[in-house]
Amino acid sequence: MTDLAPLVPRLRAICGDDGVVTDETRRRTYESDGLTYHAAVPGLVVLPTTTEQVAAVVRLCGEHGVPFVARGSGTGLSAGALPLPEGVLIVTSRMRRVLRVDPVEQLAVVEPGVFNLAVTTAAAPYGLYYAPDPSSQQVCSVGGNVAENSGGAHCLKYGFTVNHILGLEVVTPDGEIVQLGGGPDAPGYDLVGAFVGSEGTLGIATKITVRLLRTPETVRTLLAAFRSTDEGGVAVSSVIGAGVLPAAIEMMDALAIEAAEAAVACGYPEGAGAVLIIELDGPAADVEHEFAEVERLCREAGAFEVRIAADAEERARIWKGRKSAFAAVGRISPAYIVQDGVVPRTALPEVLRRIAELSARSGIRVANVFHAGDGNLHPLVLFDDAEPGAGERAAEVSGAILDLCIEHGGSITGEHGVGADKAKHMPAMFSADDLDTMQLLRCAIDPRSLSNPGKVFPTPRLCGEVPGVRRGVHPLVASGQAEQF
Amino acid sequence: MGDRMTAVDAGDRAVLAALDGTGAAARAAGPGDAVAGVPPRFVAEPADLAQAAAVMRVAHDHGLSVAPRGRGTKLDWGYPPSRCELVVDTRRMARVVEHAAGDLVVRVEAGLPLDELQDLLGAAGQRLALDVPLPGGTVGGVLATALSGPRRLLYGTARDLLIGITVVRADGTVARSGGKVVKNVAGYDLGKLYTGSYGTLGLIADATFRLHPRPAAQRFVLAEADTPETAQRWVAAVRASSVVPTAVELDRAGGGGPTAVAVLVEGAAAGAGPRAGQVAALLGAGASVREEAPPWWNRLPGRPGGLLLRIGCPTGAVAGVLAALDRAGASAVRGSAGTASLFATPPEPLPSAEDPAGWVERVRADVAALGGTAVVLRAPAGAADRLDLWGPVPGAALMRAIKSQFDPDHRLNPSRFLGWRAS
Repeated sequence: MTDLAPLVPRLRAICGDDGVVTDETRRRTYESDGLTYHAAVPGLVVLPTTTEQVAAVVRLCGEHGVPFVARGSGTGLSAGALPLPEGVLIVTSRMRRVLRVDPVEQLAVVEPGVFNLAVTTAAAPYGLYYAPDPSSQQVCSVGGNVAENSGGAHCLKYGFTVNHILGLEVVTPDGEIVQLGGGPDAPGYDLVGAFVGSEGTLGIATKITVRLLRTPETVRTLLAAFRSTDEGGVAVSSVIGAGVLPAAIEMMDALAIEAAEAAVACGYPEGAGAVLIIELDGPAADVEHEFAEVERLCREAGAFEVRIAADAEERARIWKGRKSAFAAVGRISPAYIVQDGVVPRTALPEVLRRIAELSARSGIRVANVFHAGDGNLHPLVLFDDAEPGAGERAAEVSGAILDLCIEHGGSITGEHGVGADKAKHMPAMFSADDLDTMQLLRCAIDPRSLSNPGKVFPTPRLCGEVPGVRRGVHPLVASGQAEQF
Repeated sequence: MGDRMTAVDAGDRAVLAALDGTGAAARAAGPGDAVAGVPPRFVAEPADLAQAAAVMRVAHDHGLSVAPRGRGTKLDWGYPPSRCELVVDTRRMARVVEHAAGDLVVRVEAGLPLDELQDLLGAAGQRLALDVPLPGGTVGGVLATALSGPRRLLYGTARDLLIGITVVRADGTVARSGGKVVKNVAGYDLGKLYTGSYGTLGLIADATFRLHPRPAAQRFVLAEADTPETAQRWVAAVRASSVVPTAVELDRAGGGGPTAVAVLVEGAAAGAGPRAGQVAALLGAGASVREEAPPWWNRLPGRPGGLLLRIGCPTGAVAGVLAALDRAGASAVRGSAGTASLFATPPEPLPSAEDPAGWVERVRADVAALGGTAVVLRAPAGAADRLDLWGPVPGAALMRAIKSQFDPDHRLNPSRFLGWRAS
């Protein structure tokens, strides 16, 4: 705090007196994001209201060599917005305007603090919606979604945040305001693509242009109950194998169902070892045709009960158990770790069996809730934090699940991001050269590593250090006859 | 430089020997190897990733500038390289590394022709939902130029379908990003950066894509709009409907004639037919529904080697852009009306009073006034140096910084891209 004291009056001049938080109790409310076991009280907190204020804060940080971290709603699950005690936390919660909805171009321009669901709310009167729908969509910010390249239940068909961002206004780590993308085939490197998912390490998005989609004509949802996750896995494979691309395929295993029942009494079929929620959307005739096919394939795979939502209310009831699952495990376990890993869809049955073995061997219960269509697992590793050593054993199981994902050619994160939490796992998935190459991008844009340092990469690259032999400047360049690119 | 191509001197022999030592086929370049008119000294044809990496290390050690090349279908795009000593030909790297049909994922080497990949996937009832309007190119070339065709309306462009990539950096370092699962946010997604980078950041060695099932049925709805405004209105009506078209294309010859509009719907047989009927109703009495594409579908306009412009604009500005191209005497306009990404060609021949640079700047200014951008993809032989191919590029300073990090010696396709040149 003391080192940052000289910044306070200048930050107040930029953001106003009420836009700078110095009080320790108030700063402490920002000490973690959704992943609470990583915590650090930020040195200072600012609440800018404009792009210019963000840029001025970032420039001031640059002048003083002070690192900064951007934070939206703080719902992230990888400690991507973990603050720095020696740094400034830039909170976008006062930048919450939907600036424009353009129904003809089917796009919206929003500030980074806007809630994900608020985009759809603003677009709905035009028959449009914003497709990426992370579970936290009621409160998570679009700026945070951009940083993490957030997914959601429906990204099986519609893709991730990056597939829906048309343009960005970004404050770079040296405090410049730049416009990236904006139209189809914007000239030059795809900096929008590079920025989305960079977890706050390449700057701060201050205006976001998102693509809106036409609200589908029809949405059909079914719940299928199976004796085992193996049977459920067979159903998933046969649906995909039949050439059907559902909007969502979600699976819950027996323990996850038990938790959901305890919490929200979702009334899923009794005796189910697994349930699948399959949702199709699109033009009515196509959906009806494929929906009948999906129902048949579920029964063929062994579904002993299939419930079809007759209306929006029944659809909401089917989704209720799934959407409450994370919080629901709190009813059956004092504490838990939410894991986020990915395996090829066809490896799901094998990986689920291996997770069950891990669980049996360690005595640590694991509830599985996941996006089965794209192999994105969310194992919930349950433990009692009052029991000495239980947390460590749970963390071990959780880590072993990631190892399983990598062993099967998958990923250590499908949608939560790497953040501070999983940086240590990156070398298991990528070689030193791979990571070094990614950091070339970091070095180009944030050579002083001031923008969210310590996230994504286990070891920062020294940007001055270029491996290999450095050749001399080409004579044509030296003589000014040519400029290099 | 000309004598270099025939008489191999001692220095060249040493380089050739080093290239030979990589296991790649290496030879002195011939007259057919010129890159946009710039003759290289050597050609290396690696057969796999290890050889490609070894070749790039030799290029690094000998300070050779490098031009990656696939089947050469877009070798005349962008500026001619300011230096070009070694062509790295990827055509022998053409294996399908893995087709995980059940996971709808394929990993292929960069030298595989896209058409061959599509044939192979088609046999499995699948496809890469990327159609390109210039046949014959390799996967690597399509990625390097970010070329895309009609289906981009529904499926996005190459960057949206690419889930993993392996690249050999300027110094021979092999680097991967992404992976072989569709959902994956671990690390920077460098595939997006390499896509459309014209070989200036590294040699693309292999690529992994997400696939889609091949739809059971397809219908094309065709109609001719008598004015650009009508065409734009039709496109807006289709976009505003819930038929979920795969593509909405237009084709317009020069001279102010009608504009052909074609809409593609795909899906279950039970659905595609009725949806095509809905589209036809939106396109008026003259609309017809067919199972085959019109002859101009997914084909670049103009002649090989001629000036080719790509225009991007708001969809609400398409009529204005068509009118501006009429005024400029454009010989053809074609492309995705649904995403407002259009290819255009100049009058043939240009009026004697006008030069290509003047024509491009006139169109670019008109398009910019409508909120769009115009990029010259291909300039006629010898003309590129007199043209500003890209026009204004927001974020150019960041792009330069990226280039300098990835290729500090500026040996990869130098000056080819964006053209920061001192004229």
